[in-house]
Amino acid sequence: MIQVKNLRKEFGSKVAVDDVSFKVEKGEVLGFLGPNGAGKSTTMRMVTGYFRPTAGSVTLGGIDMIDEPERAKQILGYLPENAPLYSDMTVVSFLGFCAEMRGIYGAAKLKAIDRVLDLCFLDRVRNQSVDTLSKGYRHRTCFAQSIIHDPEVLILDEPTDGLDPNQKHEVRGMIKRMGQNKAIIFSTHILEEVDAACSRAMIIDRGKVVADGTPEQLRKLVPGCNSLDEVFRSITRGDTAKKGE
Amino acid sequence: MNKRDFENTLTVFKREFLAYFNSPVLYVIVIIFLLASQGFTFFFSRILDSDDVSLATRFFVWHPWIYTVLAPAVGMRLWSEEHRLGTIELLMTMPVSPWQAILGKFFAAAVVWAIALTLTAPIVLTVFYLGNPDAGPIVSGYVASYLYAMACLAVTSAISALTRSQVVCFIISVAFCLVIALIGDPGITQAVVNAVPSGWEFVVRFISYFSFMDHFFEMTKGIFVLRDVLYFLSVIIVALLVTDLGLRSKRA
Repeated sequence: MIQVKNLRKEFGSKVAVDDVSFKVEKGEVLGFLGPNGAGKSTTMRMVTGYFRPTAGSVTLGGIDMIDEPERAKQILGYLPENAPLYSDMTVVSFLGFCAEMRGIYGAAKLKAIDRVLDLCFLDRVRNQSVDTLSKGYRHRTCFAQSIIHDPEVLILDEPTDGLDPNQKHEVRGMIKRMGQNKAIIFSTHILEEVDAACSRAMIIDRGKVVADGTPEQLRKLVPGCNSLDEVFRSITRGDTAKKGE
Repeated sequence: MNKRDFENTLTVFKREFLAYFNSPVLYVIVIIFLLASQGFTFFFSRILDSDDVSLATRFFVWHPWIYTVLAPAVGMRLWSEEHRLGTIELLMTMPVSPWQAILGKFFAAAVVWAIALTLTAPIVLTVFYLGNPDAGPIVSGYVASYLYAMACLAVTSAISALTRSQVVCFIISVAFCLVIALIGDPGITQAVVNAVPSGWEFVVRFISYFSFMDHFFEMTKGIFVLRDVLYFLSVIIVALLVTDLGLRSKRA
C-alpha cells in the first residue's frame, strides 16, 4: 500500500533523510521511532507529498506521489505534527471544509462529519470555535480531519502528543482498530505505544533506518537488552549520549 | 478546468471568504477605505466647490495611494497565516493542486475588494445628482481602480507566500506597491534623471514605464485601452506565478 524507495532529503548541505526504503501493507501499523531530529517528520512529509524528495520515490496504492500527487493524496489521511487547524472556524465547519476538499458533499458530508465526531469524541464541542479548544480537543479535531474520507493510507505524526492518559489509551486503541483495514504509519517517542498499537516498528537515527521488525524482533536485536527502551538507547546515538559510549 | 478542479477552487474560496468576515480586520479596512476615499474627495479635492463632476481627478486620483496601504492589509493573511498556523501542511497534502488553492484564495480577496469598492457607489450617485457627468470615464475609472487593487493584492499574495509573519508581509508589500507607484511620478522620475549620469536617462525612463500609475491614469481619463488592461492582468498573473514559486520553495 505504501512503498518508499531510496528516499533522500537534503536541506542545503545537511542530509535529513538518507536512503530510507520500506513498505507498509494493508492491515499493518508501522511505528516510527527515533530520537528528536532523526528525520521522522521529514520522512513523513515526503510520504504525504508535502516535501519533495531530493531523490527516491513514494507510491501510495500504486500511485506515484511525485507524478500524480493529486490522485495519490486522495487515498491519504494525514495528521501533521502539532495538529494545525484554521483558528477562525468551528469544529464542524472545519471538518466540513476538509470533507469538501476530499470531494464529499451534501448528505454524505454530514454523515462523514457525524461519524468522525463520534469516533474522536468531539460531539460536545462540535459548534465550538477551534480557537477556544483545549490541546486534547484540538489534536482530536485534526485527527478527525485525517480520517473523514476513510482513507486507505493514514500517516500520523505524534498522534498522542499532548493527550492525557485516557485519551492516549483511546487513540492507541483507535489506531489499532483502524489498522485492520488500512496501512498506517505513526511516529512516537513513547515506546510503550509500539507494543500497544503497532504490528511493526522501525527505528531511524540520523536519517537512516537502523532497525525494522516486529516489536518482538526488535527486543531481541541487541544481546543483553530485554526491553525496547534499552534497545532504543543502544542503537540510537542521541545528543545526550556521551562520547565514546 | 474540469468540475473537480472548479469545486476545489470554490471550496478554498469559500473558506477564505468566510474567514475574512469572521475577522474584525476586514471591517476596519473597509471602513478606513470608505472614510479615506470619500474624505479625500470631499475635503482635499473639494469636489463640492468645483464645477467639475468627473470623478477622475477628484476621486480616483487618490485610489493608488489608498491601495498602497490597504491592499497589503487585505492580502497579508492569504499565505502568511497558513504558514504561521501550519495549516499549509494540511492544505498541501489534500488532493488539491497549488494553483487551485492560489486562485481560490486570490478570488476570495478579490471579491472582498469588489464589495468594498461597490460601497463607494454613493459618490457616483452624488455626481449624477449634482450634474451631468459622462458615464464612460466613471466606468473605466472603476475598472482601473479595481485592477490597480488586484495588482497590489497579487503582489501581496506573492510576498505572503514567502513569510510566516503578516507584519513582514505587510511592510514589504507596502514598500513594493509604493515604489512601483512612485517610479511613474513625473517629478520623481525627473529628480532621478537629474541625479544619474547623463547616459542613464533611458534606463530611468524605461523603469518608470513599468509603473502602475501611467496605466491607471490613462484608464481613469476614460480612455479604455486594452493595452492598460493587459498590463494589469499580466502583473497579476506574474505575481500569482511568483506565489506558486514561493510556495514551492517553502516545500522544497
